Amino acid sequence: MAEKQPTPKEMLDRIDYQPPHVDWMETPLDIRKGMYCYAANPKSVATLGLPNARPWNPLDADWKLPENWQQIIHEGFKERLERFRSVKVFMDICVRCGACADKCHYFIGTGDPKNMPVLRAELLRSVYRNDFTRLGKLLGKANGARPLTLDVLKEWWYYLFQCSECRRCSLFCPYGIDTAEITIFGRELLNLVGLNIDWIATPVSNCYMNGNHLGIQPHAFKDMLDFFVDDIEEKTGVKVAPKYMKKGADILFITPSGDVFADPGTYTAMGYMMLFHYLEEKYGLDVTWSTYASEGGNFGFFTSHETMKRLNAKMYAEAKRLGVKWILGGECGHMWRVINQYMDTMNGPADFLDVPVNPITGTRFESARSTKMVHITEFTADLIRNGKLDLDPARNDHLKVTYHDSCNPSRGMGLFEEPRYVINNVCKHFYEMPANTIREQTFCCGSGAGLNAGENMELRLSGGLPRANAVKHVHEKYGVNMLACVCAIDRAALPTLMDYWVPEVQVTGVHELVANALNLPGQAERTTNLRGEDLEELKAQAEGETDEG
Amino acid sequence: MAEALISLIQKKRATIVSKWFDSTVQAYPHDTAVFLKSQKDQFANPVGSSTRQGIETLMDQLVGEMAPDAIKAGLDPIMRIRAVQSLSPARATTFIFALKQILRELFRKELQEADMARQFFDLEARIDRFALDGFDIYMGCRERVLDLKANEMRNRTFRAFKRAGLVAEGTDNEPKE
Repeated sequence: MAEKQPTPKEMLDRIDYQPPHVDWMETPLDIRKGMYCYAANPKSVATLGLPNARPWNPLDADWKLPENWQQIIHEGFKERLERFRSVKVFMDICVRCGACADKCHYFIGTGDPKNMPVLRAELLRSVYRNDFTRLGKLLGKANGARPLTLDVLKEWWYYLFQCSECRRCSLFCPYGIDTAEITIFGRELLNLVGLNIDWIATPVSNCYMNGNHLGIQPHAFKDMLDFFVDDIEEKTGVKVAPKYMKKGADILFITPSGDVFADPGTYTAMGYMMLFHYLEEKYGLDVTWSTYASEGGNFGFFTSHETMKRLNAKMYAEAKRLGVKWILGGECGHMWRVINQYMDTMNGPADFLDVPVNPITGTRFESARSTKMVHITEFTADLIRNGKLDLDPARNDHLKVTYHDSCNPSRGMGLFEEPRYVINNVCKHFYEMPANTIREQTFCCGSGAGLNAGENMELRLSGGLPRANAVKHVHEKYGVNMLACVCAIDRAALPTLMDYWVPEVQVTGVHELVANALNLPGQAERTTNLRGEDLEELKAQAEGETDEG
Repeated sequence: MAEALISLIQKKRATIVSKWFDSTVQAYPHDTAVFLKSQKDQFANPVGSSTRQGIETLMDQLVGEMAPDAIKAGLDPIMRIRAVQSLSPARATTFIFALKQILRELFRKELQEADMARQFFDLEARIDRFALDGFDIYMGCRERVLDLKANEMRNRTFRAFKRAGLVAEGTDNEPKE
C-alpha cells in the first residue's frame, strides 16, 4: 500500500507562511547555487604563489583547508590589526546603529539580512571580539562574540563574495566606517587559507603573466585594435593609426582590457582611437598604447593589498620605460579607486612624471597632481569646454540617454560633472535618474569587485535590481533607451541586467557617444553609428516612437 | 457572479491590501520584512514598492474584469524579483494563496450564508487564476535567467573566435536568440 496521503487540512497546517524568527548567529548557512562564484582554479592560485592551491568545491563539506587554518586566520587577523589602523578602528567603533543596514544593493535585492553591511561586518567582528577583546573573551555571545568555527569561515567566504566593495553603505555611516575596507580585509584573510573565486584568481593570474585580465598576448592585443581600425574605416572612411609602446610619446593611454574584447565596450575602445586620431591630425597630440600595460583594471584589489600592488606596478613601470609625460586612463571603475586611493603610496610617488597638462588647451589637471593620471572624461570635457572638438550631436538624436555613476569613479574619486558635461555636449536628450540613485548615492551594477561571473547570475540580477529599477523609472517616464557609464565591468554586466529588468534599454560607454558625434577630418558621409546601425532608420524609428508617445 | 461579496471586499479594500501585503513580505526573514514594510521610497525599496503596487493591481482585477494583461502587469514585477531571490517556487507563490485565508478570516461571519459561500467559490477560482499565472511567470523568469547565462557564455566565446579569425569571413553565422 502506498503511504497514507495527508488530508487537505493536514497539508494546510503544514504550510509555514513565515520563516522562523531567529538571531542571525543562529541562522544556519545555506550555500545556494546562483549566489556564489566557482572556486579558484588551482593553477591560477599557484601561478600567483598564493597559499593552498588545490581543487575544491564550496558545496562539499570538506573545503580542503590547511590543518592549522584557525591559527593562520588568527595570526593574519592579528597582523592586520597592527598593520592597518583603519581595520582596528572599524572593528571597534561600530555601534550597530543600523544606518547602513538598508543601503546595500545586495540586501535590498536579495532580502538576505546577512547582506546588511552591518551584519556582513559583524561576521568578522564577532570573531574579533572573541579573539582580541577582553569583554568578548569574558562575555562571549552576550557581547556578540563567537569563536571561528568552520561554519563561520564558510559564512565569511559566502558573504564576503556577496559584497561588491561599492562603498554606498559607508556614505551613510555616521562614523565613516568603510565597509569595502572590511571586505577587502576579510578577503585577504580568506586568501591566506586558499579561499578565493575563479573569476578573480584567474584574471589576476592572467594579468600577472600577460599584462591583462583576459590573458590576451601582445600580438593578439594589437590584432584586436587592428580589427577596430578596419571597423572604423568601414564606418567613417578614415583609417586611424594607433601607436604602440612609442618611446618619448607625450601620453601613455591605459584602459581596461574588457574594452578591447567585449561588446559594447569595444565601441568605446573605437571611440578612444577616433578621438586620439582626431587630436593627432588637428593638434599633433602624441598618445601611445601599450601591450604590456594593457590593463587598467586591477583584480588584485579584490585579492590582497600585495597582489594589487604587483599588478598596479606595471603602469608606472611602463610610463617610466617609455618616458612619457603623464598617463591618461580610460573608462574603468575600480581602476580609478586603486589609482586615487592606493597607487600613490603603493608604487609612487611617480616623481619621474609631469603634473598632467593638456597640451592642446594648456589646462593643468591639479586633481591628478599626485597620481599623474587623468580620467579620459576629464580630458574630453576640457577639450569640449575649450572648443577643440568638431561635434555633430545630431548623430545621437535617436538616443534618450541616462547616466549610471559607476561606484568607484563617483565615490572613489568624486567624478560627477565631467561625464555629464561630455554627454550633454554630444547628445540632445539626457535624463537623470532619481537623486537617491545617482552621484555619490549611486547603486552598484551588482557585478563589481570580481563578481561578474556567469554562475552567480541570481546574485547579479538581484543585486542589480535597485539600479535597474531606477533605469526602468526613466525609461517609463521619459522613454530613455540608452544607459551610459564609464566602467568596463558596467559595460559587461549592465546589458544582461537590462535584458532581465528593462529590455528596452541598451548600454554604452561615454566615448562611444563622443565618437559617434565627432567629425573626423576627411571623413566619408557617416550613414551608420559605430555599431553599424543605419542612422536614418534609427532616426525614423525614434520619431515614430515619439509620435506614438 | 459574486456581486455581494465583491462589494463587501471593496468596502474593506484598504484592510485587505494591508493584510495581504504584510503576509506577502512575511516570506522574507524578519529583519527584511520590517524593512520592506517601513521604507516607502520606491527607489530605496524596490522590492517593497513593486510588491505593494502589484498587490494593488491584483486587487483591482480580483473585483474587476480579470483582464489577462492587467493580471500579468500585477504579477510580473513580484514574480520577476522572487525568481532571482532565495525563494523556492512554492514560497514565491504562497502569497497568492494567502489571500484566500485573509478573505476567509475577514468575512468569517458573512461566509456562513450559503449564497455568500457560493460567491466565495467563484472568487477562489479567480485567485487560482492568479496562482497559475504566477507559476507561469516565475518559470518564464527562471528560463530567462538560464538564457542570460547561456547568452553571456555564447557571446564571449563566439566573438573571441571571430576576432581571432577562426570564423569564416562573410558568413552571417553569429548565433541569434
